[in-house]
Amino acid sequence: MTVHLPGLLRDHTGGQATVEIACPATTAAEALAALWQAYPGLRDRIVNEQGEIRQHVNIFINEDNIRDQGGYSAPVPSGAAITIVPAVSGG
Amino acid sequence: MEPKLFVDPSISKVILLVGTIKGAFLISSDANREKWQVSGPHFPGRVVYAMAYDNRAGRQRLWASSTHFAFGPMLHSSDDFGRTWTNPESAPIKFPESAGQSVAQIWQIVPGGPLEHEKLYCGVEPAALFESKDAGSTWSLVQGLFDHPHRPRWEPGGGGLCLHTIVVNPANPQSLLVAISTGGVYRTDDGGQTWSARNSGVTAGFMPNSYPEFGQCVHKVARSAQPDRLYLQNHGGLFRSDDGGDHWQDIANGVPSDFGFPMVAHPRDPDTAYVFPLETEMRVSPHGELLVYRTRDAGASWQPLGTGFPEELSYETVLRDGMAADTLDLAGLYLGTRSGKVYGSADEGDTWRQIADGLPAVTCVKTAVL
Repeated sequence: MTVHLPGLLRDHTGGQATVEIACPATTAAEALAALWQAYPGLRDRIVNEQGEIRQHVNIFINEDNIRDQGGYSAPVPSGAAITIVPAVSGG
Repeated sequence: MEPKLFVDPSISKVILLVGTIKGAFLISSDANREKWQVSGPHFPGRVVYAMAYDNRAGRQRLWASSTHFAFGPMLHSSDDFGRTWTNPESAPIKFPESAGQSVAQIWQIVPGGPLEHEKLYCGVEPAALFESKDAGSTWSLVQGLFDHPHRPRWEPGGGGLCLHTIVVNPANPQSLLVAISTGGVYRTDDGGQTWSARNSGVTAGFMPNSYPEFGQCVHKVARSAQPDRLYLQNHGGLFRSDDGGDHWQDIANGVPSDFGFPMVAHPRDPDTAYVFPLETEMRVSPHGELLVYRTRDAGASWQPLGTGFPEELSYETVLRDGMAADTLDLAGLYLGTRSGKVYGSADEGDTWRQIADGLPAVTCVKTAVL
């Protein structure tokens, strides 16, 4: 799978904006676990210590926000692109 | 003007560690404290509520907390005066999963006393205390306070339910005092195993019982040079304790308002302390007049200090960590405002000058003396 990351998280991927994870993930939980394993510094930025996805972090599988697709149980199709972005904000 | 990104310690004697809602700045000067150099921003776009300097055991280490609105809180340190900062893979300050809580903000970073060179403390929101016994390499929740039976009854103040004040006792490493909004003051005398509310005499005007055991909205506590003497700025009320917090007495004698956030004790004179009174409704300097108040007699009286502040209307707010003293002789005093101004005095508050302007809203000002 392909994971696209915002600038602030790239310190933890060696500066890469996009990383490839070789993983037969079928759910968001499995995909994120594989991402943490490959890039451990991402975990605490994306989820809190209770394992909850931070309120203002959005994770898309292809074009679907996983919050609308069952959260951690959201399905991950073969060859999916995962995009992690902070919510928009102003001020 | 292009600011520098780090401090040159070879030409600096005092560094102000200035946290803002959009990053941190290091503002440095020589011992004269007349000309200041601003460096930063560090952690641009992130809220910096807490900063500290640890010069124990030969270290020259800056600490800062940052919180990104999406990616959460993080703790950083720098051993080269801001040229580089740590950015740990794993968040150093986090609750164990069993606690059922997650850190929203790191409100306070405080090195332990001179008898415990490797100890550091962090206060967080939701209200809890963390400690490090290895100079900040690893951290753990202070379970004794987290398990206190009062904790479920603490209520969030306007800034959230936070442990915002940590006061070490230089004479006794087993004794530590914290303040929580709103929970009040708690003290341990056994190194954090057990804690007792220490709010006797401190008011809670927003409660049916104005003198509850706990639940006060204490804004700041400062320890004077005499370890058992503490000064307290309350959500309404100024107080002093001469017995380490066992009892508090009202010392709001001659201030235009007993509301405010910061409380700063003089580094050597236990009778001298500083407050920044705020009008209670707008929470700004009363009558638009920027004034610090100083006591030289342990709170029996307070005198306004305004020489050098703007003469035009200044509806300013200084938050609880927005005022600090250095340890030079004469002591320097500094404050940062929510309008992004930093003022300093090199003569214990007698005269002031503007050090910086145009910063984001200032959340904290701490000092490092090299």
